[in-house]
Amino acid sequence: MHQLTIAEIIRGLRDKQFSSVELTSHYLERIQQLDNQFNSFITVTSEQALKEAAAADARLAQGDAPALCGVPVAHKDIFCTNGVRTSCGSKMLDNFVPPYDATVIDNFQRAGAISLGKTNMDEFAMGSSNETSFYGAVKNPWNVERIPGGSSGGSAAAVAALLAPGATATDTGGSIRQPAAMTGTTGLKPTYGRVSRWGMIAFASSLDQGGPITRTAEDATLMLSVMASPDAKDSTCLDRPVQDYTAHLNDSIAGLKIGVPSEYFGEGLDSEVGARVQDALKEYEKLGAELVEISLPHSKLAVPAYYVIAPAEASANLSRFDGVRYGYRCENPADLRDLYMRSRGEGFGEEVKRRILVGSYALSAGYYDAYYNKAQQVRRLIKQDFVDAFDKVDVIMGPTAPNPAFKLGEKNADPVAMYLEDIYTIATNLAGLPGMSIPCGFAHGLPVGLQIIGNYLDEARMLNVAHQFQQASDWHQQTAPAAE
Amino acid sequence: MAVDAQTIEKLAELARIAISEETIDEVSSRLGDVLQLVDQLQAVNTDGVEPMAHPLDEVQVLRQDAVTEPNQREAFLALAPQSEAGLYLVPKVID
Repeated sequence: MHQLTIAEIIRGLRDKQFSSVELTSHYLERIQQLDNQFNSFITVTSEQALKEAAAADARLAQGDAPALCGVPVAHKDIFCTNGVRTSCGSKMLDNFVPPYDATVIDNFQRAGAISLGKTNMDEFAMGSSNETSFYGAVKNPWNVERIPGGSSGGSAAAVAALLAPGATATDTGGSIRQPAAMTGTTGLKPTYGRVSRWGMIAFASSLDQGGPITRTAEDATLMLSVMASPDAKDSTCLDRPVQDYTAHLNDSIAGLKIGVPSEYFGEGLDSEVGARVQDALKEYEKLGAELVEISLPHSKLAVPAYYVIAPAEASANLSRFDGVRYGYRCENPADLRDLYMRSRGEGFGEEVKRRILVGSYALSAGYYDAYYNKAQQVRRLIKQDFVDAFDKVDVIMGPTAPNPAFKLGEKNADPVAMYLEDIYTIATNLAGLPGMSIPCGFAHGLPVGLQIIGNYLDEARMLNVAHQFQQASDWHQQTAPAAE
Repeated sequence: MAVDAQTIEKLAELARIAISEETIDEVSSRLGDVLQLVDQLQAVNTDGVEPMAHPLDEVQVLRQDAVTEPNQREAFLALAPQSEAGLYLVPKVID
């Protein structure tokens, strides 16, 4: 049953091949039996899941079933869930039980989906390896000595290990696409503002965006159709109707113009990863697409601009964790200053503290113009590169990450080496564009991701382009041996 | 490039994050690496480029100043490490 895609589950539930209670119990048993190898869940909500599944079965029997009625999914532990601990992978929020649901969670509940639990992640979504979590590293189901990518490593590993057919995730600099690439799953980051950030714990507010991790583009379509919505509670959420993502899934891609940026195939790219991406581009040519060489000249500035903007916004966002209103408080504070200093010093992990300090530096008196303002100017140059490219092409393609999954601990000592993991994904966040990663083969025995970047609010086309590749290839159907 | 200890102490104070004496050298050298990375921006000519605040150049929307949420004071206070009589408690601030 765990081999089924979300699309197949929806059909199976409606045709009464199995019930949601049977399906949900099956996934809960798998999590119980297998997840000690991967550590992909922080919290499993068995009792609540089975209750929701029984209710879903009743609705299915009455013929009153919404889009994802009875479909079990997992949620990244960054989305607030009413009555269920939401830790954001941090000691700071180890005891935090939100009294409300994020809009994304609310959308899934309205659609009848079942929540299996909350997935592991890098602390406050800061990391590319899922090693900064207070709850321990997540292991890649393809090789448990390797990282699953991050920050949505738990969501990606859970889907790759077939512990959930789909999971929510978030992407600030690559945190959906890079773990999808590392685990052979399909991940989609929508246009900035397409998915509500209300109740999604903020890291860098001008970059953060929620999206799904699934096994197929068709399933990403089904999940995104539920996740995306205008939301008056998030003033940055776009007040525009959501496209019908399924309507164009089966369109032919003959004549599609694919931009291939030369900057994404240069120094630093693993040659086997590069070869798999080239193979995928050739496959697209067979499907009738045309490859167009393009240039994104400011690409190399994306990582430096990001590591000013993201920490600056993080330092402001994370100032709310003060040991007063919720979350961790140090023992026996001497005075208010001591309470703040020690609660934050003890409650945050090393990478989070580092980014807050970098952000404080960039925003401090005398440095604002040189760092934050400069980075925001460079951000416009990066966006303009994409705007110019999309005058000539329909989508842009390249590798998602420069290498396949590396070993646990390999890049821990060197934050800058870790930051370069996201060299091909960060520009998309800075520009606010939608991006996907889909499996396109293996390098050194590990999955490789093909990145597809779409134009603003052109998710339907991006999904169509990904789906057509998956109709012609079976990389997305390969499963990790440990998932069997 | 390392950041000097005095700067680290100033940043720690601004960010209200206690940094122990033993880790200050490591924090300073890693912070230095990150600042070296971002210093690449200084070489870029950005004369006349408008800083980008929103990818779609959307503006902040306004809403009616009306109550839309129920009062959940008890639920929120229940999350606090220490509260009393409807108030958050902190160590004494005024003598």
